[in-house]
Amino acid sequence: MINTMECAVDAQSLISISLMKIHNSRTQRGGIKLHKNLLVSYVLRNARQVYIKEKYAEIYRMQQYEEVMTVCNEIQQLNPLELDAEDADDEEQARAACCGEEVSLCDSACHRDAAHARTASILPGCSPLEDDSKEPEPSFYRSCCMEGSPVSHCDQFSVNSSAHCNKTTVLDLDTHVVTTVENGYLHQDCCCDALQCGQGAQSPAKKRKVEFACCVSDVEEVSDFTAARKRAKREDCSYTHPDYTDTSNISNLISIFGSGFSGLLSRQTDLEQICSKQVLASLGAWTRAIVAF
Amino acid sequence: MGEDAESPKINHTFLRDYVTEADVISTVEFNQTGDLLATGDKGGRVVIFQRETEPKGESEEVGETGDSGEYNVYSTFQSHEPDFDYLKSLEIEEKINKIRWLPQQNAAHFLLSTNDKTIKLWKVSERDKRPEGYNLKDEEGRLKDISTITSLQVPVLKPTDLMVEVRPRRVFSNGHTYHVNSISVNSDGETYLSADDLRINMWHLGITDRSFNIVDIKPANMEDLTEVITAAEFHPHHCHLFVYSSSKGTLRLCDMRASALCDKHTKLFEEPEDPGSRSFFSEIISSVSDVKFSHSGRYLLTRDYLTAKVWDLNMDKGPVETYQVHEYLRSKLCSLYENDCIFDKFECVWNSSDSVIMTGAYNSFFRMFDRETGRGVTLEAWRESSKPRAVLRTRRVYTGGKRRRGDVGVDSLDFTKKILHMAWHPSENIIAIAATNNLYIFQDRVNPDHTQ
Repeated sequence: MINTMECAVDAQSLISISLMKIHNSRTQRGGIKLHKNLLVSYVLRNARQVYIKEKYAEIYRMQQYEEVMTVCNEIQQLNPLELDAEDADDEEQARAACCGEEVSLCDSACHRDAAHARTASILPGCSPLEDDSKEPEPSFYRSCCMEGSPVSHCDQFSVNSSAHCNKTTVLDLDTHVVTTVENGYLHQDCCCDALQCGQGAQSPAKKRKVEFACCVSDVEEVSDFTAARKRAKREDCSYTHPDYTDTSNISNLISIFGSGFSGLLSRQTDLEQICSKQVLASLGAWTRAIVAF
Repeated sequence: MGEDAESPKINHTFLRDYVTEADVISTVEFNQTGDLLATGDKGGRVVIFQRETEPKGESEEVGETGDSGEYNVYSTFQSHEPDFDYLKSLEIEEKINKIRWLPQQNAAHFLLSTNDKTIKLWKVSERDKRPEGYNLKDEEGRLKDISTITSLQVPVLKPTDLMVEVRPRRVFSNGHTYHVNSISVNSDGETYLSADDLRINMWHLGITDRSFNIVDIKPANMEDLTEVITAAEFHPHHCHLFVYSSSKGTLRLCDMRASALCDKHTKLFEEPEDPGSRSFFSEIISSVSDVKFSHSGRYLLTRDYLTAKVWDLNMDKGPVETYQVHEYLRSKLCSLYENDCIFDKFECVWNSSDSVIMTGAYNSFFRMFDRETGRGVTLEAWRESSKPRAVLRTRRVYTGGKRRRGDVGVDSLDFTKKILHMAWHPSENIIAIAATNNLYIFQDRVNPDHTQ
């Protein structure tokens, strides 16, 4: 158990700093220092563990919150004087639709137009994720069943602890290759057009705050941890985010770490495209690991 | 050249920094008698100092022997040059990582110096006589006209100004794929070991085209790599024993009699981790940066980022003594990680009688710990505060409680002034401290010898 009280710096910034160090080490004079990079990778791993733990904690809290809200809504519906009773009915239908749909978010990629989430009554301030032109109805929001945000956030972390899902789906925004990680093994599923997805750019740092204001597709989906990560955003989320490349690198890397270090094996060729093409044709097998970074 | 005309536009601070960077001392080592002190720097140069034997001044200090304790430059030479590995497209730094003296066998001195890849054996010899009266050559060395030679003479050796010659006698190359971090001369006087991140090789001092690999911790799959070798040393008396430290904070004692390949350790020294103190940086601060056998051969001294530990070879469960070097940095690990200071590798040394250990810190501070009392003292190696022959005063880092005059706050520490390299005279209380590009030599006037 990592004592996170030690310093105020959060796991996210540590991840960024560590990646920067690894990147810089490749241009340092004297070649890559194996010892230093190994230590940095430990920090990266520790920060990732904390980050994931915090994510799970948030999701759990959000589930609890939604359960409470659901109960409140049901109580509200019984009140004939409630103004948005109609909305509540719609929401109920929407929820039913959700229930009926196949919403296993951990299935293979290219899930799109999956369950719609009801949010309006809860979060009037919530702005739609996708472009206005694509948004079908203001009161509905796309859940994160759909894959492929236009910018990085396929920052899926290992969801192996979920009882329902043992897969993680990642979209590589550089190669537009969607990959499903299943129990530590990577499968590349398909390429999809990232632009079809409507999710706005956001930084993982903001995600933390956003989660609480997010919508859920269905109460019964709460056990799907992956769902929570791509919820609707607050209006302060912008599409273009300055940390774009950072988060892209982080999400790619974290998805790899999520599948275990052995996940690096099959990702080699892809990562060579993603990462800098600096000549590292050296040191035998270590090249693969370094390139993966 | 055209650049000269443009030099006024060059940022001179850059030039100054560039020049200074090569002068940063990267290793310090006394020879077995303590008469010679060698330093290596980032520019690949080695400077050898020799102790003055004539007493200085009329009045001699009480307890002082014939030696004045002053060291003067004896010789300077370029040991390693920047190199390039064309096959791997890697630049090889010329920085001298370690110097080790060989035991003296004749009038000449021998030392081993290493950079990241290549180890060299240097012969340091003096020449204070030269032959005069050649038959075929004149004084300037020009060939004489044979017709002018009428008689035969025997050349005579005449005294001349002292000249120190340094020549490379052996070059041990192509032994290491990774960066060499340690060399250690065996007590048998014939072999030595060199360690890089993943392997330890044993060489014979006379053979350069062959070495034996005795430790290999490289995993079959590099992605399974969990630790690297950080330092290695031969036992001072037993030529079959050596120890190596790892980035995980463990020490492994290996016996070369057990097998040719010492991947399996004879003894593993490890302190169980305190789960309550786990942090993001636990792995980094537990990495051992230096390991040294005591002169007796009974104990090991290790240094990790925050502590120095003494281990008994007979007990592998944990260290017998732990000294906090700068515990006040534990709450600052995040910022030390950001500015890379957390990766600094501090060395540690024993005194001649193994009763005191010494290691470096930041702000030009270094610490000495008396093993008998367990007390530590902080000293400073800084030009402003120490004039020649002045007494070093102890310093203190303020961490709470009553603040005394002269205390330095933790936030005032200068982390660019770090004492990484140091050496202790083999028999006297003389220490050499490397502070960036300066070398400080301190001598204990009260107790110059180790007989305390």
